Amino acid sequence: MAVPEPTVRETVIRGSNGKTRLCFFGVMAALLIVSAVFSENLCPYDPYLQDLDAALQQPSAAHIFGTDRYGRDMLSRVIVGSRTSIFSTFLLVAIITTFGTAIGVFCGWARGRADNLLMRVSDLCLAFPGLVFALAVAGVLGGGLSNAVIALAMISWPKYARIARSQTLSVRETSYLKAARLAGCSTSRLILKHILPNIAGPILVTATLDVGTMMMELAGLSFLGLGAKPPTAEWGSMMSETRGLLQTVPWAVFAPGIAIFIAVMVFNLLGDAVRDWMDPKMRVKS
Amino acid sequence: MTTPILQVQNLKKIFTRNGQSDFLAVDGVSFDVAPGECVGLIGESGSGKSTVANMIARLLNPTGGQIFLDGEDVTKTDVRAVCRKVQMIFQSPQESFDPRRTLGDGIGESLLTAGEPASETAEEVARLLEAVGLSSDFMCRYPHEVSGGQCQRAAIARALAIEPKLLLCDEATSALDVTVQAEIVSLLSHLMRGHGMACLFICHDIALAQSFCDRILVMYRGKIVEEGLPDEVIQSPKQEYTKMLIDSVL
Ligand SMILES: Nc1ncnc2c1ncn2[C@@H]1O[C@H](COP(=O)(O)OP(=O)(O)OP(=O)(O)O)[C@@H](O)[C@H]1O
Ligand SMILES: [Mg+2]
Repeated sequence: MAVPEPTVRETVIRGSNGKTRLCFFGVMAALLIVSAVFSENLCPYDPYLQDLDAALQQPSAAHIFGTDRYGRDMLSRVIVGSRTSIFSTFLLVAIITTFGTAIGVFCGWARGRADNLLMRVSDLCLAFPGLVFALAVAGVLGGGLSNAVIALAMISWPKYARIARSQTLSVRETSYLKAARLAGCSTSRLILKHILPNIAGPILVTATLDVGTMMMELAGLSFLGLGAKPPTAEWGSMMSETRGLLQTVPWAVFAPGIAIFIAVMVFNLLGDAVRDWMDPKMRVKS
Repeated sequence: MTTPILQVQNLKKIFTRNGQSDFLAVDGVSFDVAPGECVGLIGESGSGKSTVANMIARLLNPTGGQIFLDGEDVTKTDVRAVCRKVQMIFQSPQESFDPRRTLGDGIGESLLTAGEPASETAEEVARLLEAVGLSSDFMCRYPHEVSGGQCQRAAIARALAIEPKLLLCDEATSALDVTVQAEIVSLLSHLMRGHGMACLFICHDIALAQSFCDRILVMYRGKIVEEGLPDEVIQSPKQEYTKMLIDSVL
């Protein structure tokens, strides 16, 4: 029998080899993280050193991205800013993933009244527009990066709780979970050894995709002055500081903008690659 | 007379579904299983057989009635209280093993939770695999890496690990093809003789139940409508429903 021609779908899938993409964006993301860790050693100038004689210089060989209005080197500030931006995003995503998953697994496992109550609370959190809520939190707790993280965490965890809850509900009805219960597993063992490993896939994918989104949201809050406070180098607040100069010294806005663009892109594409790679149908092919 | 290993009295299960009327899945079922006896529970799909088995294994709480295991009332206890005495084999072998863990992990789990050290567990798992006719390298395989028949053998090994007194087979052979089915059934009967284990054998194949079981219960819409020796039930069924069931097979 003749081997059937591969369908268009198969060709496209094979063409965009999932594993290569995953490796590529994985390496890119790792590079970003490494440069954030060693940012202080990488930047050519002290990012906080003011030199008013050198203020608002155009991009040149000495200052590739020019200088801002206090004469600080933009490239150094962008590099150091990556640490604040990337690590606060990671912290935020870690918090909402852990907290949301814990709540979701609890709800899916316990069901009943506690589940109902927590799910209504999560509906309440979802119903708030993010920015309004962040403004309210900033009003109560004051501005600052950690409060911005808290505000975003409070409205972002329900997504994870919902995924974890629905996954837990379906796993607890499987016969392998019944078999594990019959093997005498305690509740904690059931959850740690059987439920969590089986629900981790979609949660990890969502978390990777969320890194880009949360980076944008944090930068957005910083831009509005609700996040990182000057002189801390952070991409969103750097754009905010220089936005009045957009007409005269566009490079000063351009540098942090490009940095946000690249970082968000890399993490979003990495999230896509992880999702494709996790898809069992794709894995059989590879 | 010896005390029965399993005594089920007037067992009831009502499923309440949101927005729908309550559903009486099991309606006053009573029967005994003597030590070493193999009782067949047959009936059409949806008659409540799995629900009965799940309640006996304490994976599901009954709405009413009582379950005695080895003379002890276990109606109010949970699965951990009975899992040293009752084990279960499920309908679809592959789905009864955690896809993220190896067969060896699954088989040895009941030994680990009973407090056996990991090194001894591994040896025991290899021995169990051998007893069900699998080589010990199946220990490191994942459920999707073995065939349905091999997986069901592993499931039998898992059920036998702690030497239960009662084995619940919930359509253990339905998902397998006929030749593999025969292998699994002969393996089961061989092992049960060896261990002196009792068995509640659930299936909807009346011919299989006839050859395998000492006694047959026929279930219909949540009730046991007929009970007797396999040959009696098949030769001279008392109920219309049983007649239909036999006619549809023969
Ligand atoms: N969790 C549940 N919620 C509501 N109804 C249920 C639930 N589990 C089972 N039922 C209903 O109870 C009835 C009996 O189900 P059960 O699984 O015991 O049937 P069965 O005899 O094992 O059928 P089969 O031979 O197909 O396995 C069915 O009508 C089913 O729809
Ligand atoms: Mg069933």
